[in-house]
Amino acid sequence: MTRHTLIRTCAPIALASLLACGPASAQTTLTFLMVTGSDSMAAAEALAKAYEAKHPDVTVEIEARPGGSEGDNLIKTRLATSEMPDVFLYNSGSLMQALKPETALLDISDLPSQAGVAKDFKDVVSAGGKVYGVPFGTTMAGGIFYNKDIYRELGLSPPKTWAEFMANNEKIKAAGKVAVAQTYGATWTSQLFVLADFYNVQKAVPNFAADYTANRAKYATTPAALKGFEHLAEVHEKGLQNPDFGAATYEDGLAMVATGQAAHYPMLSFAVGALKQTNPDDLKNLGFFSQPGDDAAQNGLTVWMPMALFAPATTPNKEVARDFLDFVASVEGCKVGMSVNTVQGPSVVQGCDLPADVPPAISDMLPYFKEGRTAPALEFLSPIKGPSLEQITVEVGSGMRAPAEAAALYDEDVRKQAKQLGLPNW
Amino acid sequence: MPRLHKDKMRTDIMARIAQTISRSDSKATAETPDITERTAAGGETTRRRRPSPYPHWFLLPAAIIYTVLFLVPTATSFWYSMTRWDLKTATFIGFENFHQFFSEPFLVQGLVNTLIYAALTSAMKTVCGLGLAVLLTSDIVARGLLRAIVFFPVLVSTIGVGIAFTVMMHPTRGVFNVALASVGVAGPGWLTDPALALFSVALVDLWKGVGLATLIFIAGLSAISPDYYEAARIDGATRLQQFRRITLPLVRPATVTVVTLSLIGGLRSFDLIWAMTRGGPGFASDVIASVIYKQYQAGFYGLSTAGNVILFLLISVIILPLTVWFQRREVEQ
Amino acid sequence: MTRTRRATTGIIALALAGIIFVIPFVFIGLQAGKSRTEAAMLAFSLPKAWLFWDNFVAVVTARDYQLLLAFFNSSLITVLSVAALVVLSAMVGYVMQRRPSAVTGLAQIFLLVGLMMPPAVVPTIGLLQSIGLFKTMTGMILIQIAYNLSFSTMLYRAFIATIPRDLDEAARIDGAKPRQIFFRVILPLLKPVTVTNIVVQSIAIFNDFTGPLYYLPGRDNVTVQLTLYNFQSAYATQYNLLFMNILLVTIPPLIVFIFFNRQIVAGMTAGAVKG
Repeated sequence: MTRHTLIRTCAPIALASLLACGPASAQTTLTFLMVTGSDSMAAAEALAKAYEAKHPDVTVEIEARPGGSEGDNLIKTRLATSEMPDVFLYNSGSLMQALKPETALLDISDLPSQAGVAKDFKDVVSAGGKVYGVPFGTTMAGGIFYNKDIYRELGLSPPKTWAEFMANNEKIKAAGKVAVAQTYGATWTSQLFVLADFYNVQKAVPNFAADYTANRAKYATTPAALKGFEHLAEVHEKGLQNPDFGAATYEDGLAMVATGQAAHYPMLSFAVGALKQTNPDDLKNLGFFSQPGDDAAQNGLTVWMPMALFAPATTPNKEVARDFLDFVASVEGCKVGMSVNTVQGPSVVQGCDLPADVPPAISDMLPYFKEGRTAPALEFLSPIKGPSLEQITVEVGSGMRAPAEAAALYDEDVRKQAKQLGLPNW
Repeated sequence: MPRLHKDKMRTDIMARIAQTISRSDSKATAETPDITERTAAGGETTRRRRPSPYPHWFLLPAAIIYTVLFLVPTATSFWYSMTRWDLKTATFIGFENFHQFFSEPFLVQGLVNTLIYAALTSAMKTVCGLGLAVLLTSDIVARGLLRAIVFFPVLVSTIGVGIAFTVMMHPTRGVFNVALASVGVAGPGWLTDPALALFSVALVDLWKGVGLATLIFIAGLSAISPDYYEAARIDGATRLQQFRRITLPLVRPATVTVVTLSLIGGLRSFDLIWAMTRGGPGFASDVIASVIYKQYQAGFYGLSTAGNVILFLLISVIILPLTVWFQRREVEQ
Repeated sequence: MTRTRRATTGIIALALAGIIFVIPFVFIGLQAGKSRTEAAMLAFSLPKAWLFWDNFVAVVTARDYQLLLAFFNSSLITVLSVAALVVLSAMVGYVMQRRPSAVTGLAQIFLLVGLMMPPAVVPTIGLLQSIGLFKTMTGMILIQIAYNLSFSTMLYRAFIATIPRDLDEAARIDGAKPRQIFFRVILPLLKPVTVTNIVVQSIAIFNDFTGPLYYLPGRDNVTVQLTLYNFQSAYATQYNLLFMNILLVTIPPLIVFIFFNRQIVAGMTAGAVKG
């Protein structure tokens, strides 16, 4: 290319992006697939910027994909057709296992920063003894957000057992407030009572995850596992929900519990991120407790590992992709993420401590971690999660299907998933 | 060189299609020319028979695009429907996917829902579309404006319509129920009541789709010569008689088009249902297409493709006899 | 019909149409002018303060003016695929209607399959990739032609049935070649249905969402329906911006309609039958 044409080609591009045509020689463009959603997007942009500052020869280009199951589909399609960008965000745990990591993903076990990453996390991004992902964001928990003003007003204290929880609910209802916000307009939010109950399931049946994966334990026939469905039905039967529970959305649920229209909202702790945007002033009135079980002495928290960044095995920029992931997993990268992204729980990167000013809902979580009263969610222990759970829990939570029947139906759903994965014993 | 091989196969397929087309061209009846003969004779002036004024090569450009981008993937999907498929490797498992699909507890409900939805939307669009078309071809004021208003919803994106109506059908704050409450009626849970959700979506489908049906009917009505009505008026026929004896029979091609298209659209319907209820609450408004999509989302590609094939068969079972019946009636007339 | 009666019918019809068909759009327009918190209340009310322009700017500037790029991409796909569709499907519909033969019978069956069968997405992606058309505008345009061919052809076929064969015969006797008969005699007569076809197809293609989602991924390839989708998932609480985006995305099809509307009415009433 002559200099003349170079200038001509560069000029319009340079107008759009000053970086594009720099010292043209060794410029590498690293493509980075993110989920839409301003919170994690901000963290991705900050990480890209920090990395570009350290490596001027690299441009990081972020592309957004839809979230949820539509996004899952896109990821699988792109991997299968070798159209995957150099680095992408995806779930750790069983969803990542479904990507066939041994063939589809780049092995990054030997990155220097892996030494500082918690083993709990590495376990959920590994396959066949090799590590494939680095943490993006912090851990989070599934439990119940509660409105501290209402608790103070009615003289309540965070419950340690389900019975106490229901007693609190009756008092809240009697006071003319919504006891439990439910938001089936966003179907996924209906699963919380079942998923966040897993700490209690594991305490009662320590082998449940393994037996369930091996087709030896079922939701319908394990009383402890059935509890989650029963709780959901009970909340509906006793009329503790908001009247528009069928249409209300996730944002409505957050607003209700934040502004004191509702006392409780079962949710994942990542909701703090959305609340920071929508109700920043109400965050101080929000507390968080784990989903209580039968025994006050066995009270603990169900924990979700962070999502992870992966690189596809087919990436043409292997070295740059590895280096970028190494940066993300370092304490420096973790701090960059934490500075813009909302903290949802403790980090899995050693030495990357939480800032002092975390909202009360987050600091409420810390004792569980400190005292070791946590268990990973089932999706990190077993590769099988039935795809229809959210529809089934909507049915239970709307009184359309009895809990026992729903659990049996979910067991059927799980069977299909296990068969597709080719698990033994199904 | 797998790519080269594939490309060659594709060229072969196209060549075969071209051959098929030209071969049956020469096989056809007396009015068809013999292509080889004509070429050999070296020109139009010396050919023995005049070629058909409707040459088959008119179909060729469309046929190539259609075959490569639609028929070939569709055909391969039949094979994938008999595999357990993770997009990279497909393991042949026979009819297991189909067996699995029919043991899916919601398929039966999804099947019934699909039929209800298709029949309902198709019937409503046909009746309302014809009614509106008659009104909008009659001599009323503001006719042009009315046509534009009725047709307007067709223009808006389905996702956009879905979002807007979902908001308006909100059980407590939505426009519909707020309006009903103001006259003292407690509005229903349009999309949250499992018994009602499917019908609410069908209503929105009618709202959005009736403009297209009306347009097709207007085209059909306009093609009817005014002379017929003139003659009927002279014979003293009432308006109702004119409608039954002239309009209905002569607008048949348009009716066939509307019924067929809206029925197929209803059986395949997915976008609006997905935008409004995602098949919910629970599984209450699931149709086959949404069940298929959920399997697809869940990563059950072979299973989902099997669902595609089942939907295809269901549609064939309904539409093909209907088309044959329509065509026979057309011939009879 | 008497003067009063045609006026009454018209006015009643207008009032009903106004309630049924116009109010939802008024609602969209009102929501698009509200503040974020006010829009979240979902009420059918005038905005306390009109933030129409602010919301407009917010939607247009979102993500580096992605909406403008999306408009360009969607328009290009729509114009090119509709132009090809009109010519190709008129040719197919014409031969199919006029000449019952083994070939046209086969074509009829295949086109019916196209109307019925939901496209097989993943096999199509694999195929597009092997011929180098995945993620390209060309690929997307060809896909739109393939997916909309059936409907377009059906429309032409139904209409051509109303055009008397005597016309073709007369031209033939005058010595016109098949190509000339079609392009000089028949195609001009198809103007009304062509207008209908252009309107319907361009709207379908412009509004298509799943096609670009699967066959045209990538930031530079974004289409308008995907921007709507982005707003829905990324800014779920920002109903004001979501509805502003719906409003903006509706404008190009509206322009097409306004532009062709007069011709539709004229074509329907006068030009439909000349034989």
